[in-house]
Amino acid sequence: MPERGGLPIRLEGVRVERGRRTLVHDLTLRLEAGPLSVLLGPNGAGKSVLLRLLAGLLQPSAGTLEPARRPGEGSAIVLQRPVLLRRSVLANVEYALRLRGIDGPERDQRVRRVLEATGLLGFEQRPARRLSVGEQQRLAIARAWALEPDLVLLDEPAAPLDPPSTRALEEAVRRLHEEGRKVVLATHDLGQARRLADEILFIHEGRVLEQAGSGEFFEGPKSAEARAFLAGQLPE
Amino acid sequence: MSELGGAFAAAFQLIATADADLMEIVGLSLRVSLVALVLASALALPLGAWLGIARFRGRRAVVVLLNALMGLPPVVVGLVVYLVLSRSGPLGTLGLLFTPTAMIIAQTLLILPIVAALSRQVMEDLWSEYEDELRALGASRLRSVPTLLFEGRFSLATAILAGFGRAIAEVGAVLIVGGNIAHVTRVMTTAIALETSRGELHLALGLGILLVALAVAVNATAQLVQNAAERAGA
Repeated sequence: MPERGGLPIRLEGVRVERGRRTLVHDLTLRLEAGPLSVLLGPNGAGKSVLLRLLAGLLQPSAGTLEPARRPGEGSAIVLQRPVLLRRSVLANVEYALRLRGIDGPERDQRVRRVLEATGLLGFEQRPARRLSVGEQQRLAIARAWALEPDLVLLDEPAAPLDPPSTRALEEAVRRLHEEGRKVVLATHDLGQARRLADEILFIHEGRVLEQAGSGEFFEGPKSAEARAFLAGQLPE
Repeated sequence: MSELGGAFAAAFQLIATADADLMEIVGLSLRVSLVALVLASALALPLGAWLGIARFRGRRAVVVLLNALMGLPPVVVGLVVYLVLSRSGPLGTLGLLFTPTAMIIAQTLLILPIVAALSRQVMEDLWSEYEDELRALGASRLRSVPTLLFEGRFSLATAILAGFGRAIAEVGAVLIVGGNIAHVTRVMTTAIALETSRGELHLALGLGILLVALAVAVNATAQLVQNAAERAGA
Protein backbone atom coordinates (compact mmCIF):
# COMPACT_ATOMS: atom_id res chain seq x y z
CA MET A 1 0.00 0.00 0.00
CA PRO A 2 1.29 3.46 -0.84
CA GLU A 3 2.30 5.60 2.10
CA ARG A 4 1.92 9.34 2.55
CA GLY A 5 1.85 11.30 -0.73
CA GLY A 6 1.53 8.21 -2.86
CA LEU A 7 5.00 6.94 -2.01
CA PRO A 8 6.64 4.63 -2.80
CA ILE A 9 6.14 4.92 -6.54
CA ARG A 10 6.53 1.88 -8.74
CA LEU A 11 7.08 1.85 -12.47
CA GLU A 12 7.20 -1.40 -14.35
CA GLY A 13 7.87 -1.71 -18.05
CA VAL A 14 6.63 1.81 -18.70
CA ARG A 15 6.74 2.97 -22.28
CA VAL A 16 5.76 6.43 -23.48
CA GLU A 17 5.01 7.18 -27.10
CA ARG A 18 4.29 10.51 -28.68
CA GLY A 19 2.94 9.99 -32.17
CA ARG A 20 5.30 7.53 -33.81
CA ARG A 21 8.19 8.36 -31.47
CA THR A 22 9.00 6.29 -28.43
CA LEU A 23 10.22 8.65 -25.72
CA VAL A 24 11.05 6.00 -23.13
CA HIS A 25 11.17 2.27 -23.79
CA ASP A 26 11.06 0.21 -20.66
CA LEU A 27 11.22 2.13 -17.40
CA THR A 28 11.28 -0.05 -14.33
CA LEU A 29 12.09 1.44 -10.94
CA ARG A 30 10.86 2.06 -7.43
CA LEU A 31 11.11 5.37 -5.60
CA GLU A 32 11.00 5.25 -1.81
CA ALA A 33 9.90 8.12 0.39
CA GLY A 34 13.24 8.88 2.03
CA PRO A 35 16.25 9.61 -0.14
CA LEU A 36 16.87 12.62 -2.33
CA SER A 37 16.86 10.94 -5.73
CA VAL A 38 18.81 12.29 -8.65
CA LEU A 39 18.02 11.24 -12.19
CA LEU A 40 21.36 11.36 -13.92
CA GLY A 41 22.00 10.98 -17.59
CA PRO A 42 22.81 12.80 -20.79
CA ASN A 43 20.38 15.11 -22.54
CA GLY A 44 17.64 13.19 -24.29
CA ALA A 45 18.00 10.17 -22.01
CA GLY A 46 14.40 10.43 -20.82
CA LYS A 47 14.82 12.27 -17.50
CA SER A 48 12.21 14.91 -18.27
CA VAL A 49 9.79 12.30 -19.54
CA LEU A 50 10.16 10.34 -16.31
CA LEU A 51 9.55 13.48 -14.22
CA ARG A 52 6.46 14.29 -16.27
CA LEU A 53 5.20 10.78 -15.75
CA LEU A 54 5.71 11.13 -12.01
CA ALA A 55 3.92 14.50 -12.07
CA GLY A 56 0.95 13.04 -13.94
CA LEU A 57 1.54 15.31 -16.93
CA LEU A 58 2.15 12.26 -19.12
CA GLN A 59 0.44 8.91 -19.04
CA PRO A 60 2.21 5.64 -19.90
CA SER A 61 1.41 4.17 -23.31
CA ALA A 62 2.18 0.76 -21.83
CA GLY A 63 3.32 -0.68 -18.51
CA THR A 64 2.36 0.11 -14.94
CA LEU A 65 2.77 3.29 -12.88
CA GLU A 66 1.51 3.05 -9.33
CA PRO A 67 -0.08 4.91 -7.78
CA ALA A 68 -1.69 6.65 -10.75
CA ARG A 69 -1.41 10.36 -10.33
CA ARG A 70 -3.22 13.41 -11.59
CA PRO A 71 -1.26 16.66 -12.09
CA GLY A 72 -0.88 18.58 -8.87
CA GLU A 73 -2.15 15.72 -6.72
CA GLY A 74 0.33 15.63 -3.85
CA SER A 75 3.14 16.56 -6.18
CA ALA A 76 4.67 19.67 -7.67
CA ILE A 77 7.03 19.94 -10.59
CA VAL A 78 9.46 22.69 -11.51
CA LEU A 79 9.84 22.47 -15.25
CA GLN A 80 13.15 22.93 -17.02
CA ARG A 81 11.91 26.26 -18.34
CA PRO A 82 9.38 27.30 -15.74
CA VAL A 83 6.66 29.61 -16.99
CA LEU A 84 6.09 32.45 -14.58
CA LEU A 85 2.96 34.52 -14.81
CA ARG A 86 3.30 38.12 -16.00
CA ARG A 87 2.65 39.31 -12.47
CA SER A 88 4.61 40.08 -9.35
CA VAL A 89 6.60 37.53 -7.37
CA LEU A 90 3.93 37.60 -4.68
CA ALA A 91 1.09 37.15 -7.18
CA ASN A 92 2.81 34.13 -8.72
CA VAL A 93 2.94 32.27 -5.43
CA GLU A 94 -0.53 33.41 -4.41
CA TYR A 95 -1.96 32.22 -7.71
CA ALA A 96 -0.76 28.67 -7.10
CA LEU A 97 -2.23 28.70 -3.61
CA ARG A 98 -5.53 30.16 -4.77
CA LEU A 99 -5.87 27.29 -7.26
CA ARG A 100 -5.84 24.94 -4.27
CA GLY A 101 -8.35 27.04 -2.39
CA ILE A 102 -5.79 28.27 0.15
CA ASP A 103 -6.54 31.82 1.19
CA GLY A 104 -6.35 34.27 4.09
CA PRO A 105 -3.72 34.08 6.85
CA GLU A 106 -2.73 30.54 5.88
CA ARG A 107 -1.84 31.77 2.39
CA ASP A 108 0.12 34.76 3.70
CA GLN A 109 2.02 32.54 6.10
CA ARG A 110 2.98 30.04 3.39
CA VAL A 111 4.02 32.79 0.98
CA ARG A 112 6.28 34.39 3.55
CA ARG A 113 7.82 31.08 4.54
CA VAL A 114 8.70 29.94 1.01
CA LEU A 115 9.97 33.33 -0.09
CA GLU A 116 12.20 33.42 2.95
CA ALA A 117 13.40 29.85 2.30
CA THR A 118 14.27 30.65 -1.31
CA GLY A 119 15.91 33.99 -0.52
CA LEU A 120 13.22 36.01 -2.24
CA LEU A 121 11.87 37.90 0.74
CA GLY A 122 11.85 41.58 -0.19
CA PHE A 123 11.19 40.74 -3.85
CA GLU A 124 7.43 40.42 -3.41
CA GLN A 125 6.39 43.32 -5.63
CA ARG A 126 8.99 42.75 -8.36
CA PRO A 127 7.64 41.62 -11.71
CA ALA A 128 8.45 37.91 -11.92
CA ARG A 129 9.69 38.09 -15.47
CA ARG A 130 12.14 40.83 -14.61
CA LEU A 131 14.02 38.65 -12.12
CA SER A 132 17.38 37.14 -13.00
CA VAL A 133 17.34 33.57 -14.30
CA GLY A 134 18.48 32.26 -10.93
CA GLU A 135 15.81 34.22 -9.08
CA GLN A 136 13.18 32.98 -11.51
CA GLN A 137 14.21 29.39 -10.86
CA ARG A 138 14.00 29.98 -7.12
CA LEU A 139 10.59 31.57 -7.55
CA ALA A 140 9.43 28.50 -9.48
CA ILE A 141 10.65 26.38 -6.56
CA ALA A 142 8.95 28.70 -4.08
CA ARG A 143 5.69 28.39 -5.98
CA ALA A 144 5.93 24.60 -5.94
CA TRP A 145 7.00 24.59 -2.28
CA ALA A 146 4.08 26.74 -1.19
CA LEU A 147 1.75 23.92 -2.20
CA GLU A 148 3.47 21.75 0.44
CA PRO A 149 3.66 18.69 -1.81
CA ASP A 150 4.93 15.36 -0.59
CA LEU A 151 6.71 14.82 -3.89
CA VAL A 152 8.81 17.59 -5.48
CA LEU A 153 10.09 17.07 -9.01
CA LEU A 154 12.84 19.34 -10.31
CA ASP A 155 13.85 19.25 -13.96
CA GLU A 156 17.42 20.52 -14.40
CA PRO A 157 16.72 23.54 -12.22
CA ALA A 158 20.31 24.76 -12.24
CA ALA A 159 21.07 24.23 -15.93
CA PRO A 160 21.16 27.93 -16.88
CA LEU A 161 22.67 29.20 -13.62
CA ASP A 162 26.06 30.59 -12.59
CA PRO A 163 27.82 29.13 -9.50
CA PRO A 164 26.42 31.59 -6.89
CA SER A 165 22.87 31.09 -8.18
CA THR A 166 23.40 27.33 -8.28
CA ARG A 167 24.55 27.40 -4.65
CA ALA A 168 21.44 29.34 -3.58
CA LEU A 169 19.22 26.99 -5.50
CA GLU A 170 20.82 23.86 -4.09
CA GLU A 171 20.43 25.27 -0.60
CA ALA A 172 16.71 25.66 -1.25
CA VAL A 173 16.53 22.08 -2.57
CA ARG A 174 18.24 20.77 0.57
CA ARG A 175 15.80 22.64 2.78
CA LEU A 176 12.89 21.21 0.84
CA HIS A 177 14.21 17.72 1.40
CA GLU A 178 15.01 18.34 5.06
CA GLU A 179 11.35 19.15 5.61
CA GLY A 180 10.64 15.51 4.84
CA ARG A 181 9.52 15.89 1.25
CA LYS A 182 10.52 13.45 -1.42
CA VAL A 183 12.71 15.27 -3.92
CA VAL A 184 13.48 13.88 -7.36
CA LEU A 185 15.89 16.04 -9.32
CA ALA A 186 16.99 15.55 -12.90
CA THR A 187 20.42 16.72 -13.96
CA HIS A 188 23.28 15.93 -16.28
CA ASP A 189 25.66 17.83 -13.99
CA LEU A 190 27.88 15.34 -12.19
CA GLY A 191 28.99 17.87 -9.59
CA GLN A 192 25.44 18.68 -8.66
CA ALA A 193 24.54 15.00 -8.49
CA ARG A 194 27.47 14.39 -6.11
CA ARG A 195 26.50 17.36 -3.93
CA LEU A 196 22.81 16.59 -3.63
CA ALA A 197 22.06 12.93 -4.24
CA ASP A 198 21.30 10.28 -1.67
CA GLU A 199 20.58 7.90 -4.51
CA ILE A 200 21.26 7.98 -8.23
CA LEU A 201 19.09 6.67 -11.00
CA PHE A 202 21.22 6.55 -14.11
CA ILE A 203 19.10 6.86 -17.23
CA HIS A 204 20.31 6.10 -20.71
CA GLU A 205 18.24 6.02 -23.90
CA GLY A 206 14.95 5.79 -22.08
CA ARG A 207 15.95 3.06 -19.63
CA VAL A 208 17.06 3.14 -16.00
CA LEU A 209 20.35 1.27 -16.17
CA GLU A 210 21.32 1.72 -12.52
CA GLN A 211 19.69 2.70 -9.25
CA ALA A 212 22.12 2.85 -6.36
CA GLY A 213 23.24 4.90 -3.38
CA SER A 214 25.21 7.95 -4.42
CA GLY A 215 28.52 6.74 -2.98
CA GLU A 216 28.10 3.29 -4.43
CA PHE A 217 27.28 4.66 -7.88
CA PHE A 218 30.16 7.11 -8.09
CA GLU A 219 32.68 4.62 -6.72
CA GLY A 220 31.72 1.71 -8.92
CA PRO A 221 29.18 2.23 -11.68
CA LYS A 222 28.11 -1.14 -13.03
CA SER A 223 27.07 -0.34 -16.57
CA ALA A 224 29.47 0.56 -19.36
CA GLU A 225 27.22 3.54 -20.22
CA ALA A 226 27.45 4.95 -16.71
CA ARG A 227 31.21 4.47 -16.62
CA ALA A 228 31.54 6.27 -19.93
CA PHE A 229 29.29 9.08 -18.67
CA LEU A 230 31.30 9.49 -15.47
CA ALA A 231 34.51 9.47 -17.49
CA GLY A 232 33.16 12.36 -19.49
CA GLN A 233 33.15 10.48 -22.76
CA LEU A 234 31.00 12.02 -25.42
CA PRO A 235 28.28 9.70 -26.77
CA GLU A 236 28.57 8.48 -30.37
CA MET B 1 -6.00 73.67 -54.86
CA SER B 2 -7.44 76.82 -53.27
CA GLU B 3 -10.83 75.10 -53.03
CA LEU B 4 -9.19 72.26 -51.16
CA GLY B 5 -7.42 74.75 -48.90
CA GLY B 6 -10.69 76.49 -48.21
CA ALA B 7 -12.33 73.18 -47.39
CA PHE B 8 -9.56 72.37 -44.92
CA ALA B 9 -9.89 75.80 -43.30
CA ALA B 10 -13.65 75.37 -42.99
CA ALA B 11 -13.17 71.87 -41.63
CA PHE B 12 -10.79 73.05 -38.90
CA GLN B 13 -13.22 75.85 -38.07
CA LEU B 14 -15.99 73.28 -37.56
CA ILE B 15 -13.75 71.23 -35.29
CA ALA B 16 -12.42 74.24 -33.38
CA THR B 17 -15.91 75.59 -32.71
CA ALA B 18 -17.21 72.11 -31.84
CA ASP B 19 -19.99 72.45 -34.41
CA ALA B 20 -23.19 70.91 -33.03
CA ASP B 21 -23.97 68.79 -36.11
CA LEU B 22 -20.41 67.57 -36.26
CA MET B 23 -20.36 66.64 -32.57
CA GLU B 24 -23.70 64.87 -32.83
CA ILE B 25 -22.42 62.73 -35.68
CA VAL B 26 -19.16 61.97 -33.89
CA GLY B 27 -21.03 61.14 -30.69
CA LEU B 28 -23.37 58.71 -32.43
CA SER B 29 -20.46 57.06 -34.25
CA LEU B 30 -18.63 56.49 -31.00
CA ARG B 31 -21.74 55.24 -29.22
CA VAL B 32 -22.63 52.74 -31.94
CA SER B 33 -19.08 51.44 -32.43
CA LEU B 34 -18.23 51.23 -28.73
CA VAL B 35 -21.43 49.40 -27.82
CA ALA B 36 -20.85 47.03 -30.75
CA LEU B 37 -17.28 46.55 -29.57
CA VAL B 38 -18.34 45.70 -26.02
CA LEU B 39 -20.97 43.25 -27.24
CA ALA B 40 -18.67 41.66 -29.80
CA SER B 41 -15.81 41.37 -27.31
CA ALA B 42 -18.07 39.82 -24.67
CA LEU B 43 -18.89 37.07 -27.15
CA ALA B 44 -15.64 36.89 -29.10
CA LEU B 45 -13.14 36.65 -26.24
CA PRO B 46 -14.66 33.53 -24.65
CA LEU B 47 -15.17 32.06 -28.13
CA GLY B 48 -11.56 32.79 -29.09
CA ALA B 49 -10.33 31.43 -25.76
CA TRP B 50 -12.33 28.24 -26.17
CA LEU B 51 -11.12 27.72 -29.72
CA GLY B 52 -7.54 28.41 -28.64
CA ILE B 53 -7.59 25.86 -25.84
CA ALA B 54 -10.19 23.22 -26.72
CA ARG B 55 -9.36 20.25 -28.90
CA PHE B 56 -12.23 18.65 -30.79
CA ARG B 57 -12.95 17.09 -34.16
CA GLY B 58 -13.51 19.75 -36.79
CA ARG B 59 -11.71 22.45 -34.83
CA ARG B 60 -9.40 23.27 -37.74
CA ALA B 61 -12.39 23.78 -40.02
CA VAL B 62 -13.98 26.13 -37.50
CA VAL B 63 -10.73 28.11 -37.27
CA VAL B 64 -10.48 28.39 -41.06
CA LEU B 65 -14.10 29.55 -41.24
CA LEU B 66 -13.57 32.10 -38.49
CA ASN B 67 -10.45 33.45 -40.17
CA ALA B 68 -12.34 33.72 -43.45
CA LEU B 69 -15.13 35.64 -41.73
CA MET B 70 -12.62 38.34 -40.77
CA GLY B 71 -12.89 39.52 -44.35
CA LEU B 72 -16.68 39.61 -44.28
CA PRO B 73 -17.84 42.44 -46.61
CA PRO B 74 -19.75 45.04 -44.57
CA VAL B 75 -22.41 45.41 -47.26
CA VAL B 76 -23.16 41.69 -47.02
CA VAL B 77 -23.52 41.93 -43.25
CA GLY B 78 -25.70 45.00 -43.75
CA LEU B 79 -27.84 43.18 -46.28
CA VAL B 80 -28.34 40.15 -44.01
CA VAL B 81 -29.23 42.29 -41.00
CA TYR B 82 -31.53 44.37 -43.23
CA LEU B 83 -33.37 41.22 -44.38
CA VAL B 84 -33.71 39.97 -40.81
CA LEU B 85 -34.94 43.32 -39.44
CA SER B 86 -37.06 44.44 -42.40
CA ARG B 87 -40.82 44.40 -41.97
CA SER B 88 -41.18 41.03 -43.67
CA GLY B 89 -38.11 39.57 -41.91
CA PRO B 90 -38.12 37.27 -38.87
CA LEU B 91 -37.43 40.17 -36.47
CA GLY B 92 -39.36 42.79 -38.40
CA THR B 93 -41.92 43.25 -35.65
CA LEU B 94 -39.24 44.72 -33.39
CA GLY B 95 -39.11 47.82 -35.59
CA LEU B 96 -35.34 48.13 -35.29
CA LEU B 97 -34.51 48.89 -38.91
CA PHE B 98 -33.08 52.38 -39.46
CA THR B 99 -32.26 52.80 -35.77
CA PRO B 100 -28.89 52.95 -34.01
CA THR B 101 -29.71 49.53 -32.53
CA ALA B 102 -29.74 48.01 -36.01
CA MET B 103 -26.38 49.62 -36.68
CA ILE B 104 -25.00 48.19 -33.44
CA ILE B 105 -26.22 44.71 -34.41
CA ALA B 106 -24.59 44.97 -37.83
CA GLN B 107 -21.30 46.21 -36.45
CA THR B 108 -21.30 43.57 -33.73
CA LEU B 109 -21.65 40.85 -36.36
CA LEU B 110 -18.98 42.47 -38.46
CA ILE B 111 -16.30 42.71 -35.78
CA LEU B 112 -17.10 39.58 -33.79
CA PRO B 113 -15.10 37.31 -36.14
CA ILE B 114 -12.17 39.72 -36.12
CA VAL B 115 -11.87 39.84 -32.34
CA ALA B 116 -12.58 36.10 -32.03
CA ALA B 117 -10.06 35.03 -34.66
CA LEU B 118 -7.27 37.28 -33.35
CA SER B 119 -7.91 36.32 -29.74
CA ARG B 120 -8.00 32.63 -30.75
CA GLN B 121 -4.49 33.00 -32.09
CA VAL B 122 -3.31 34.81 -28.95
CA MET B 123 -4.84 32.17 -26.68
CA GLU B 124 -3.48 29.26 -28.70
CA ASP B 125 0.04 30.68 -28.49
CA LEU B 126 -0.33 31.27 -24.76
CA TRP B 127 -1.75 27.82 -24.18
CA SER B 128 1.21 26.16 -25.86
CA GLU B 129 3.48 28.14 -23.53
CA TYR B 130 1.48 27.75 -20.31
CA GLU B 131 -0.27 24.39 -20.64
CA ASP B 132 2.19 22.18 -18.75
CA GLU B 133 2.77 24.74 -16.01
CA LEU B 134 -0.92 25.37 -15.40
CA ARG B 135 -1.75 21.67 -15.47
CA ALA B 136 1.11 20.98 -13.05
CA LEU B 137 -0.28 23.61 -10.69
CA GLY B 138 -3.62 21.83 -10.87
CA ALA B 139 -5.56 24.25 -13.07
CA SER B 140 -8.26 22.74 -15.27
CA ARG B 141 -8.71 23.95 -18.85
CA LEU B 142 -11.74 25.95 -17.78
CA ARG B 143 -9.86 27.53 -14.88
CA SER B 144 -6.97 28.31 -17.23
CA VAL B 145 -9.15 30.50 -19.45
CA PRO B 146 -9.35 33.58 -17.18
CA THR B 147 -5.67 33.17 -16.34
CA LEU B 148 -4.69 33.18 -20.00
CA LEU B 149 -7.04 36.07 -20.79
CA PHE B 150 -5.26 38.06 -18.10
CA GLU B 151 -1.79 36.97 -19.22
CA GLY B 152 -2.58 37.93 -22.80
CA ARG B 153 -4.37 41.14 -21.91
CA PHE B 154 -2.16 43.42 -23.99
CA SER B 155 -2.25 41.26 -27.11
CA LEU B 156 -5.99 40.89 -26.65
CA ALA B 157 -6.32 44.66 -26.35
CA THR B 158 -4.76 44.87 -29.80
CA ALA B 159 -7.34 42.40 -31.11
CA ILE B 160 -10.11 44.50 -29.59
CA LEU B 161 -8.63 47.66 -31.11
CA ALA B 162 -8.57 46.01 -34.51
CA GLY B 163 -12.28 45.39 -34.05
CA PHE B 164 -12.87 48.99 -33.05
CA GLY B 165 -10.94 50.22 -36.08
CA ARG B 166 -13.09 48.09 -38.35
CA ALA B 167 -16.33 49.26 -36.70
CA ILE B 168 -15.65 52.98 -36.64
CA ALA B 169 -14.37 53.04 -40.23
CA GLU B 170 -16.96 50.89 -42.01
CA VAL B 171 -19.70 52.47 -44.05
CA GLY B 172 -21.57 49.77 -45.98
CA ALA B 173 -23.37 47.98 -43.16
CA VAL B 174 -24.46 51.07 -41.21
CA LEU B 175 -25.64 52.75 -44.40
CA ILE B 176 -27.90 49.83 -45.30
CA VAL B 177 -29.40 49.17 -41.87
CA GLY B 178 -29.25 52.74 -40.56
CA GLY B 179 -30.32 54.61 -43.66
CA ASN B 180 -28.12 57.64 -42.92
CA ILE B 181 -31.02 59.59 -41.42
CA ALA B 182 -29.98 63.05 -40.19
CA HIS B 183 -29.98 63.35 -36.38
CA VAL B 184 -31.01 59.68 -36.05
CA THR B 185 -28.60 57.29 -37.73
CA ARG B 186 -26.04 59.50 -39.42
CA VAL B 187 -22.52 58.54 -38.41
CA MET B 188 -19.14 59.82 -39.51
CA THR B 189 -18.58 57.46 -42.44
CA THR B 190 -22.07 57.75 -43.90
CA ALA B 191 -21.97 61.53 -43.42
CA ILE B 192 -18.63 61.75 -45.22
CA ALA B 193 -20.05 59.78 -48.16
CA LEU B 194 -23.17 61.95 -48.29
CA GLU B 195 -21.45 65.32 -47.87
CA THR B 196 -18.84 64.41 -50.48
CA SER B 197 -21.54 63.47 -52.99
CA ARG B 198 -23.25 66.79 -52.24
CA GLY B 199 -20.04 68.73 -52.70
CA GLU B 200 -20.00 69.85 -49.04
CA LEU B 201 -16.33 69.09 -48.70
CA HIS B 202 -15.67 71.07 -45.51
CA LEU B 203 -17.98 68.92 -43.35
CA ALA B 204 -16.75 65.74 -45.05
CA LEU B 205 -13.14 66.80 -44.46
CA GLY B 206 -13.79 67.80 -40.86
CA LEU B 207 -15.32 64.40 -40.19
CA GLY B 208 -12.50 62.71 -42.05
CA ILE B 209 -9.88 64.50 -39.96
CA LEU B 210 -11.69 63.57 -36.76
CA LEU B 211 -12.03 59.95 -37.88
CA VAL B 212 -8.32 59.65 -38.55
CA ALA B 213 -7.47 61.52 -35.33
CA LEU B 214 -9.72 59.18 -33.38
CA ALA B 215 -8.06 56.10 -34.84
CA VAL B 216 -4.61 57.51 -34.09
CA ALA B 217 -5.61 58.51 -30.54
CA VAL B 218 -7.06 55.10 -29.71
CA ASN B 219 -4.03 53.26 -31.03
CA ALA B 220 -1.58 55.66 -29.41
CA THR B 221 -3.31 55.20 -26.06
CA ALA B 222 -3.13 51.44 -26.41
CA GLN B 223 0.53 51.65 -27.31
CA LEU B 224 1.25 53.86 -24.30
CA VAL B 225 -0.52 51.46 -21.98
CA GLN B 226 1.40 48.53 -23.44
CA ASN B 227 4.72 50.34 -23.16
CA ALA B 228 4.02 51.27 -19.56
CA ALA B 229 3.09 47.69 -18.78
CA GLU B 230 6.24 46.37 -20.45
CA ARG B 231 8.35 48.83 -18.48
CA ALA B 232 6.69 47.56 -15.31
CA GLY B 233 7.41 43.99 -16.42
CA ALA B 234 3.77 42.95 -16.49
